[in-house]
Amino acid sequence: MSQVKQGKEPLLRIAKRDGISRPKAYGIRVIAVLLALIVSGIFIFAVTKLNPVDVYKGIYTGAFGTSKRFWVTIRDTMMLLCIGVGLAPAFKMKFWNIGAEGQILIGGVVTAGIMRAYGNSISTPVLLVIMAVMSLLAGCVWGVIPATFKAKWNTNETLFTLMMNYVAIQITSYCVALWENPIGSNTVGVINQQTKGGWFPAIFGQSYGLNVILVLALTIGMYIYLKYSKQGYEITVVGDSVNTARYAGISVKKVTIRTMAISGAICGLAGFIAVAGASHTISTSTAGGRGFTAIIVAWLAQFNTFVMILISLLLVFLQKGAIQIASQFNLNDYASNIITGIILFFILGSEFFINYRVILRSKKEGEAK
Amino acid sequence: MVNLETVAAVQLKNITKRFGKVVANDNVSLDINKGEILSLLGENGSGKTTLMNMLAGIYFPDEGEILVNGKPVTIASPKDAFDNGIGMIHQHFKLVDVFTAVENIVLGLENEGKLDLKAAAAKITEICRKYGFVIDPNKKVYDMSVSEKQTVEIVKVLYRGAQILILDEPTAVLTPQETDRLFDVMRNMKADGKAMIIITHKLHEVMDVSDRVAVLRKGKYVGDVATKDTSPQALTDMMVGHAVTLNIDRPEPKDPTPRLEVSGLTVYDALGVKRLDNVTFTAMGGEILGIAGIAGSGQKELLESIAGLQPISPGASIRYRPIGYSEDKDSVELVGKTPLQIKQSGVSLAFVPEDRLGMGLVGSLGMTGNMLLRSYRKGHGAFTDRKTPKKLAEEVLTELDVITPSVNFPVRRLSGGNVQKVLVGREIAQEPSVLMTAYAVRGLDINTSYTIYNLLTDQKMKGVAVVYVGEDLDVLLELCDRILVLCGGQVSGIVDARATTKEEVGLLMTRFKKEAAEA
Repeated sequence: MSQVKQGKEPLLRIAKRDGISRPKAYGIRVIAVLLALIVSGIFIFAVTKLNPVDVYKGIYTGAFGTSKRFWVTIRDTMMLLCIGVGLAPAFKMKFWNIGAEGQILIGGVVTAGIMRAYGNSISTPVLLVIMAVMSLLAGCVWGVIPATFKAKWNTNETLFTLMMNYVAIQITSYCVALWENPIGSNTVGVINQQTKGGWFPAIFGQSYGLNVILVLALTIGMYIYLKYSKQGYEITVVGDSVNTARYAGISVKKVTIRTMAISGAICGLAGFIAVAGASHTISTSTAGGRGFTAIIVAWLAQFNTFVMILISLLLVFLQKGAIQIASQFNLNDYASNIITGIILFFILGSEFFINYRVILRSKKEGEAK
Repeated sequence: MVNLETVAAVQLKNITKRFGKVVANDNVSLDINKGEILSLLGENGSGKTTLMNMLAGIYFPDEGEILVNGKPVTIASPKDAFDNGIGMIHQHFKLVDVFTAVENIVLGLENEGKLDLKAAAAKITEICRKYGFVIDPNKKVYDMSVSEKQTVEIVKVLYRGAQILILDEPTAVLTPQETDRLFDVMRNMKADGKAMIIITHKLHEVMDVSDRVAVLRKGKYVGDVATKDTSPQALTDMMVGHAVTLNIDRPEPKDPTPRLEVSGLTVYDALGVKRLDNVTFTAMGGEILGIAGIAGSGQKELLESIAGLQPISPGASIRYRPIGYSEDKDSVELVGKTPLQIKQSGVSLAFVPEDRLGMGLVGSLGMTGNMLLRSYRKGHGAFTDRKTPKKLAEEVLTELDVITPSVNFPVRRLSGGNVQKVLVGREIAQEPSVLMTAYAVRGLDINTSYTIYNLLTDQKMKGVAVVYVGEDLDVLLELCDRILVLCGGQVSGIVDARATTKEEVGLLMTRFKKEAAEA
């Protein structure tokens, strides 16, 4: 062996795309959805011998079949969207806020507490404003604590925000025990069921109208904030490179704390919407994992809050559909979860093919020298 | 002398390595004998580390072959290098902080049976005794000094049976005493028949420790000499080569006036290492002040201190006077101010940092978004003004010929030259009175480089004080009016660029002059 042998090139190589045209990107997404439907169709038929089209109809019925279901889907979409909007500035700054769960809970606990205490003594509009402000503040505090530690002592925000979740859960459990109603039920029960004091009023005859208005306003506001405001620009710079931020005279500490105050506050407000606008009760499952799901929403949308509307809707739609087909076709939960899993897998996977291309090893290069 | 009858421990034959269009090593041939210490010498970017990385299995040569003990070998990975008895001690240590010395040393070894740390520790102690290392095998790496960490790295490769050791700038992080100790160990290893290659910029160390010196220049092999037959002066000449005429247009400075008066500037980095040592100089408006020095002599820290990005030790002063200042108005002190405070006190300072995307630009944003970096505070109320930066982006695009699909295309995806044009364009658009650039033409092609030189000269003629940190001595000699030479964080000289020679600057960079004076 007198010649130096070249290492073999792998069979498949992955290279980043230089950019892709918009129609092509959407083309890939459409193909992904179609493939997902075909693959899960095969799965459905192979495992359950059901007609896949019927199952897909079932998913649709589950999410939009009746007016009530339609509004529940919208309500849950808004909830997820609100949290996603709250997380957007933090993640855009590359601050790994996985503490939305806790921020929601603490906002919800404060809301529930005020609702119980003053629901029958203060008029609902005033009470709603008080609860909104207090839940904003509570979430804000929950966000600012890890941010301050990060800014001052460079602690790890992922662990810190995660720990803050458990603190919030413990506080919630304590309050649930404290406010137990009826005694022995281990729940708070529906607060102010008779008087509906502190509940969101129906708007245009829809009980969830206010949820939609509030969240969409936040969505638009956050879009403008991130894209056009000076503070939004600072968030982009800090998220891209801390050194560039310092170079430009941006105080990274200040931006970190301020952005987490906003992020936490919006998540706190999501807690207010969950309690006053939807469940009218509080429990440790009020956030229900949505603080984590919303991370997917924020990242998938690349922090574009309008895209988040679509992604939240898709996730909630699939979730509601899964529940429906589980009962309608007597499938167990796992089967329906697998179907939604397949669909999500393909849609997320399509993003990979939008950003990268796969190159097969050409024969010539593979030959030994 | 070395026993001449044996074959060379390592032979590199006609090695070529390219990175894209850049040829890092061009047909280099080099031999290293057993029981010999070879110094590898060359300016920054001359391809020393690249060449050694090919021996260590980090890179793979595009052309040429490597022979160990006379036999051709394939070194495609660090493991192959170890199998051939080659071990490299990198400039940046590769140790696990929370492990002890012995754990780090056995890490990655695939031995049969159970891990016997005690036996390993005994073997390590034996190696230490043999060569004169001092190390506690059970000390955790995070408790170690830099010199101890280096010792662990060396013992690690010896433990793996290395016969050929490559040390990449081992003395850069050591105190003089630690350096002496390292050299003693190296001499012991030499006596044991090991072959060693040491990369260093310090000529006195070359003279002190090595048997033979090989010189690389711009990727090419210049030649080798026995250390006893050479002198620092001769080595410098080999290293920098003959002056090349570049024909950069250099007008006489335009009524130079003091712009930045730096005095007593001392900076320590986060690890407590002194990076700048009592630096004093004045940058004049209307001239280009070149800063020369081996990489890491404090250039970065110097510019960053002026820009307010480095914590400065007490006692320093940086006084600033704007263009056309009046005598009665006091100059502005920059020390102790944040970048924002510097800006707010009316100092118009432009800075093109070395790390273009990591410090000067926002990679994910387009040209418009990057123009905004300097001006975003001006906008209307809480919102940014996008029209002015967009106009500026379009101006920079046409004037500097930036190649980009649109002004909103992320600058991260532009080529190096275009990224630099965006950055320089923005900084000059500020109409600064001080313009600092670090390695402004690094990685740029000839035409773009000349564009940048002309822009800098234009600024100089406008009365701006231009500070140009460069690595190419030919450019420094032809572009600048004065050259400040840094060596180990100290100013080793300020010379007139029109009167000096490449050799003089080269010697100042390695501080040969001062040492000769002391000796």
